[in-house]
Amino acid sequence: MSLTLCAFARSVSTAAFIAAAPLAALAGGEVSFIQAVEPAGLDPTEGSPVASGQVTWQNVFEGLVTIDRDGALQPQLADDWDISEDGLTYTFHLRPDVRFHNGAAFDSAVAKFSLERILAEESTNGQKALFTVIETVNAPDAETLVLHLSAPSSDLLYWLGFPAAVMVEPGSVETNRSAPVGTGPFKVDEWRQGDRVIMSANADYWDGTPALDALTARFIADPQAQVAALRSGQVDGIAEFGAPELFEQFTADDTFTTHVGAGEMEIVAGMNNEKPPFDDVRVRQALMMAVDRNMLVEAVKSGYGTPIGSHFSPASPFYEDLTDAFSYDPEAAKALLTEAGYGDGFEFTFKVPTRTYAQRSAEILQAYFAQIGVTANIESSDFPATWIQDVFKDTNYDMTIIGHAEPLDINVYARSPYYFNYDNPEFNAAIAGIAAAASPEARAEGYRSAQEILAQDMPALFLYSEPKLGIWKTGLEGVWLNGPVPANDMTDVRWSD
Amino acid sequence: MLALKRLARQIGGLGIVLAIASLVIFLLIEAAPGDPASIILGTSASPDTVAALRTDLGLDRPLLLRYLSWIGGVFTGDLGNSYTYDTPVSALIANRLAVTAPLTLIATLLSIVISLPLGVWAANRPNGPVDTLASLFSQVGIAVPNFWIGLLLILGVALGLGWLTPGGFPGWDAGFWPALEALILPSIALAVPQSAVLTRVTRAAVIEVTNEDFIRTARAKGMSRTRALWRHAVPNALLPVVTMLGLQIPFLISGAVLVENVFTLPGIGTLAYQALSQRDLIVVQNVVLMFTLIVMVVNVIVDALYAVLDPRLRGRT
Repeated sequence: MSLTLCAFARSVSTAAFIAAAPLAALAGGEVSFIQAVEPAGLDPTEGSPVASGQVTWQNVFEGLVTIDRDGALQPQLADDWDISEDGLTYTFHLRPDVRFHNGAAFDSAVAKFSLERILAEESTNGQKALFTVIETVNAPDAETLVLHLSAPSSDLLYWLGFPAAVMVEPGSVETNRSAPVGTGPFKVDEWRQGDRVIMSANADYWDGTPALDALTARFIADPQAQVAALRSGQVDGIAEFGAPELFEQFTADDTFTTHVGAGEMEIVAGMNNEKPPFDDVRVRQALMMAVDRNMLVEAVKSGYGTPIGSHFSPASPFYEDLTDAFSYDPEAAKALLTEAGYGDGFEFTFKVPTRTYAQRSAEILQAYFAQIGVTANIESSDFPATWIQDVFKDTNYDMTIIGHAEPLDINVYARSPYYFNYDNPEFNAAIAGIAAAASPEARAEGYRSAQEILAQDMPALFLYSEPKLGIWKTGLEGVWLNGPVPANDMTDVRWSD
Repeated sequence: MLALKRLARQIGGLGIVLAIASLVIFLLIEAAPGDPASIILGTSASPDTVAALRTDLGLDRPLLLRYLSWIGGVFTGDLGNSYTYDTPVSALIANRLAVTAPLTLIATLLSIVISLPLGVWAANRPNGPVDTLASLFSQVGIAVPNFWIGLLLILGVALGLGWLTPGGFPGWDAGFWPALEALILPSIALAVPQSAVLTRVTRAAVIEVTNEDFIRTARAKGMSRTRALWRHAVPNALLPVVTMLGLQIPFLISGAVLVENVFTLPGIGTLAYQALSQRDLIVVQNVVLMFTLIVMVVNVIVDALYAVLDPRLRGRT
């Protein structure tokens, strides 16, 4: 027995020594942040870019251009560019001094490879559709990249700043999903699947070594477990805390600094626009008027989050508040239903993904619909697997509810096929107009009119914009407070002394 | 010799059952709704991208071909590549076993250490104070789900008292103690329901044996009550206890799924749960097949233990 105890004590003291070693190195700084959803692969150019981008975008991978914390376009691996008068030719001037983590140089051949890879037939890039306007990519010399477009696209530069368009090194593309090689300020040392991604500072970073020595993304899905990890000091923060009812305890605690920022995710109750009665715009408008969005935000998000009147985030400079168009008015809703021939109400199936916000919102909507005589039968749909199959692929549903996380994604309503089964020529023309916009003003105007069309036509019930509830250890400076792009950019993050 | 022959026959049977199980697992998992490619690509991808990824993952091949290539790979040790992680499933499982194997082992040992003495002690004086306490423990332990015990331990011990970590796993390379520390609370959460069942079984088995004639004979020969209990009653009562221990292994594994999720441990349980929700079918198939194998091997071991525990069973076929 005493022998075992002795061995035990020895291992404890060894462990204490091991634990003390990284503490000494910690002075330069180390940040461990929670990421709720573990991505399927760390390469944002393959698969859905949202979760992978939240770990590696800007930290590990960079693009020709980028989008900053305010949502503005900034140069990155291209420090300058020219656009031809007709908007069809883009000439990028690339930085000469950039190297990938594996030592390979970044030049126009690499950039050409990266873009052509997105466009290839066998491409598995989740946002390929945004870039198909690019017809040819040329690399006349090592520092120049020329894109020829089939049609003008005022959004193209913005899309090129997206996680889905980061530059990848040809020699490492096969392994980027598990062992990513980028040009960014941090290198991925290890991905312990199901647990964490460990990154360290890239000493050869072209824009100067980052302040932090090390960075760790911890994958913790359950909000209670997130709270436990924060409280016990295992992690330093979380950019998007998902349980507003547990948020309050951190606002009063000096150990943490909390921020309520705006994100890019719109929560909408999409309807099958081809299926009666949802093919009648009056029914869609009536359902919207049956709902008090302020109460909904209060109940679902403890008041954090902003009611929206169209498919647009208040974080965007193009945002227009259209919540007044069909604000809460059950009497008017009933009258409108009667006018549409549904005076006695109707019954439908509400396919709700197994996500807390969706389940809660659905129950509240159900109660509001009941007030105007409409019966919604809630049917839980296992998310993501069953929901994506049933609602998204097969459009076998009446109404559903989901958050759209991609920035500036109002154009999904112009897509065909898409799960709303929505086809409005006027709206499609508006989206085409944005692409062809000749000036930033015209582009902004185009986005405003697209919002207005949806606010009237109501292909989905626009509910609220998801807040970005940040909880960070006090003393940590430089984290993004808003989320113009889903990201955990730690380039400029440092500990104050 | 006979015992060896018996073992060989059991292992042969195991192979056949495993082959059938693999087919059932494969077909069941394939029949579940949801397409891995659509899930990986999310809601912004267009149909042609989904088709390209399906080809990339090999999902467009016929069902039979996919089954054969999977099962053929299993024999050569190549379990395929995870759809979501794009890493070999064998490495994925090996990494996760480094968490789950110690976790379930500690939990099993803990449950034996708690339940055997408690059950025997309770049986020694039925309806005595220890017995009342033991039956209270086993009733509560059986009734309360392990994940809830886990949540209480996180709240009370880790966050309340500040002892031990509330979750997460630093990895074995962080040192023996930090890694072990992370497994203590989960093991307790996993062990409590197990030991509750085992306590009850031990107690009942010991009481039953104590009423047998040979115990009375031993007592009549002048053997003390305690000595008769430990020398004669306990060894004879072990058979049902070992049977129950074997039967509990599947519950231990399924319990690990929940407990690992509560404590955010990167074990086999979280892997199975995540792979299932992401429809990482190849991972699910392999993990379920491995669970099946474990349960069957445990049964063989339990069978072999019978012979060790009960000399009368030796040599029987």
